[in-house]
Amino acid sequence: MVEFNLPANSRIGQGKSHPYSGGSNSKTFKVYRYEPESGENPRWDTYTVDLDDCGPMILDALIAIKDKIDPTLTFRRSCREGICGSCAMNIDGTNTLACTKAIEEVSGDVTISPLPHLEVVKDLVGDLTHFYAQYASIEPWMQTKTPAPPDRERLQARDDRVKIDGLYECILCACCSTSCPSYWWNGDRYLGPSVLLQAYRWVIDSRDEATGERLDKLEDPFKLYRCHTIMNCSKTCPKGLNPARAIAELKKMMVERKL
Amino acid sequence: MTSAYPYTEHKFDVVVVGAGGSGLRAAMGCAEAGLNTACISKVFPTRSHTVAAQGGISASLGNMGRDNWKWHMFDTVKGSDWLGDQDAIEHLVRDAVPAVLELEHFGVPFSRTEEGKIYQRAFGGMTTEFGEGAAAQRTCAAADRTGHAMLHTLYGQSLKHDTHFFIEYFALDLIMDDEGKCQGVLAWDLTDGTLHLFRAQMVILATGGYGRAYFSCTSAHTCTGDGGGMVLRAGLPVQDMEFVQFHPTGIYGAGCLITEGVRGEGGILRNSEGERFMERYAPSAKDLASRDVVSRSMTMEIREGRGVGKENDHIFLHLEHLDADMIAERLPGISESAKIFAGVDVNKEPIPVLPTVHYNMGGIQTNYRAEVLTLKDGNPDDIVPGLMAIGEAACVSVHGANRLGSNSLIDLVVFGRSAAAQCAEILKPGANLPDVNQASLDKALARFDQFRHADGDTPTAVIRDKMQRTMQSNCAVFRTAEVLAEGKTEIDEVYKTMPSLKVSDRSMTWNSDLVEALELDNLIRQAVVTMHSAENRKESRGAHAHEDYADRDDENWMKHTLSWFDESGEVTIDYRPVHDYTLSEEIEYIKPKARVY
Repeated sequence: MVEFNLPANSRIGQGKSHPYSGGSNSKTFKVYRYEPESGENPRWDTYTVDLDDCGPMILDALIAIKDKIDPTLTFRRSCREGICGSCAMNIDGTNTLACTKAIEEVSGDVTISPLPHLEVVKDLVGDLTHFYAQYASIEPWMQTKTPAPPDRERLQARDDRVKIDGLYECILCACCSTSCPSYWWNGDRYLGPSVLLQAYRWVIDSRDEATGERLDKLEDPFKLYRCHTIMNCSKTCPKGLNPARAIAELKKMMVERKL
Repeated sequence: MTSAYPYTEHKFDVVVVGAGGSGLRAAMGCAEAGLNTACISKVFPTRSHTVAAQGGISASLGNMGRDNWKWHMFDTVKGSDWLGDQDAIEHLVRDAVPAVLELEHFGVPFSRTEEGKIYQRAFGGMTTEFGEGAAAQRTCAAADRTGHAMLHTLYGQSLKHDTHFFIEYFALDLIMDDEGKCQGVLAWDLTDGTLHLFRAQMVILATGGYGRAYFSCTSAHTCTGDGGGMVLRAGLPVQDMEFVQFHPTGIYGAGCLITEGVRGEGGILRNSEGERFMERYAPSAKDLASRDVVSRSMTMEIREGRGVGKENDHIFLHLEHLDADMIAERLPGISESAKIFAGVDVNKEPIPVLPTVHYNMGGIQTNYRAEVLTLKDGNPDDIVPGLMAIGEAACVSVHGANRLGSNSLIDLVVFGRSAAAQCAEILKPGANLPDVNQASLDKALARFDQFRHADGDTPTAVIRDKMQRTMQSNCAVFRTAEVLAEGKTEIDEVYKTMPSLKVSDRSMTWNSDLVEALELDNLIRQAVVTMHSAENRKESRGAHAHEDYADRDDENWMKHTLSWFDESGEVTIDYRPVHDYTLSEEIEYIKPKARVY
């Protein structure tokens, strides 16, 4: 019988529990910590935050921890209003944005870890290099054969413009792709929900003239067809988008063009 | 020092620092022109703050009614309270039209009119017939997510052209030679903790504004003015830093932006008496007066006890009277933000709002070709070789003392294009690079090392908080000589505490504690020069509302402030004349007159 062992640094140890001396309206956060230069395994540190001295969102709590308790805690953040996609992480078991997730939405202690199934660079910072390379691979720019009119815009009917709604709003936070079991398993070759939603955004844009070529590139056992309609993507999207639907539309177009 | 910190050397024709709207537009333009181009950014490009721009991008396309660039020019000059340089403004408004059409050709998903043209909405200060006609619908919109739509499209274009991206690299310092020419930039790769020296014929700073110098701002956490900090450390001045724009409608408490486009679509501000008070302050433009005017009016209402809420300390923005389908189509983003950050259903209740720091009109002084200028031997337009600045980091100056809404997105693409065009014009692909000035490099490495091992007793967050609160209370919408003098003393005191800084994390890989300390060093320098420049300007103009000098004083103050900062914390102030000429003979210099909306 073959025995399997997890890689050494996948065992998460018990970390520091930081003392608390604030008021009674408090919340405890259990946060994944990993310091690559220490040579040590990851650990769970716990922090208690005084909610009377902290904003309403999970990101506010993380910033309060960094500012007042432990400056070494590391996470990405930028716009703090749900549009830049930096602070995507796993909060209380669900991938979402720390800046738009209210602390009060979580009952009991809050567990925070990086987006699942990414190499961890440090603490809550996951390595998105592969995700970005997959995004670049679908050629996310407009492709046309007809030259653009020199002195005015390309016209687009309102009915055609509406078709991009629910797609162009994607913020590339990777919450959906890293929630997808199929992407966990075959992420090296399966493009995943976010990138496929982006692919569909260009396929369905009435101004783009490379529909056939774009679909050709997805005609592959892995890139598109590893979607097994598990639907975690649509459930977790912090922007309320529906990547599963976009993938279904792509599959439908693949079939229709063969009929 | 160089032996303690090994670094990788890169050679490019052009290095763009920053990957927001202007940085990406410049980078793709340079790459398209055959220049070997790098773009380094501390965040992945689509996370840059351009992504948060909502309402739209101005250009006189005339899709919704008659319009022309001359009217756009008049509005921008008037909006700037005549501090804008009119040659640069002419360049902006004329190039705006092809720049927006180009964005559409790139694939930006603009909202559409019935005829399928780009939809344009009304915005503050945008009028027709040189201010005499009705409000202009000049602001091209992709619902209320225009910045997001633009930034993602420009990133796609940069991928299409061969731009070399260095993502999550934090720029530390400019490398300058002894004659004042820029030779490159030193940067720190956060992901693997290594240092990199980018040598280039041209460094283009597209690093954005420094909104985070204030306690409450619409700006992202990453808006720390890193380019301005680097320029000040290089011994160069920055321009017009006293002009800080307060956006009238930041969400009360959270500070998140609610676009001016809400008022462009018919939204109305009301005080605690339910009065549409803007009718009193700006009888003709009302809620669509320019931002400085609306922010001051709101502050007056609150001061006089007519604010709303338990503390009477904010104002209501009403949209409930507007058509729900229109809101769903054109304002979906702010509906979501209002729900999340204020708990408000915009179809039923007003949004609680407050003037919030939003934009820096000031920045690194450039000409309209994006070349950085300095005052040297009496010449205020002396070009700093090898260095350009664009976007919010720059001060061209097209916004003067007050920027009009939707003029920033157009500033990004127009001057991103100009920078690329100028690089194509003056650089030769693959030209040899001179030897690196070792002294300058050593200085940059020493500073990095000093911060990394900072072992005082005050964490970054504590000093940052003091700086932000000082700026918020002493350099706000209204200013007095007394408050500014006090602010000057206090912000100088905050700078003096920098040697007591404590950095707790000594590692090199994604050391965000150190990043925030380095960002604070960039912010505090600009906070100090902002306060000093504000205290120095004894008049009221645009966003600088001085209660002891309530009027604009063209005789003495029709000039740009230049401010230098030395390591000891000393600020030196001098001036540049405002350009009283235009670029072409097709329009004459627009002479100053009273600014009434």
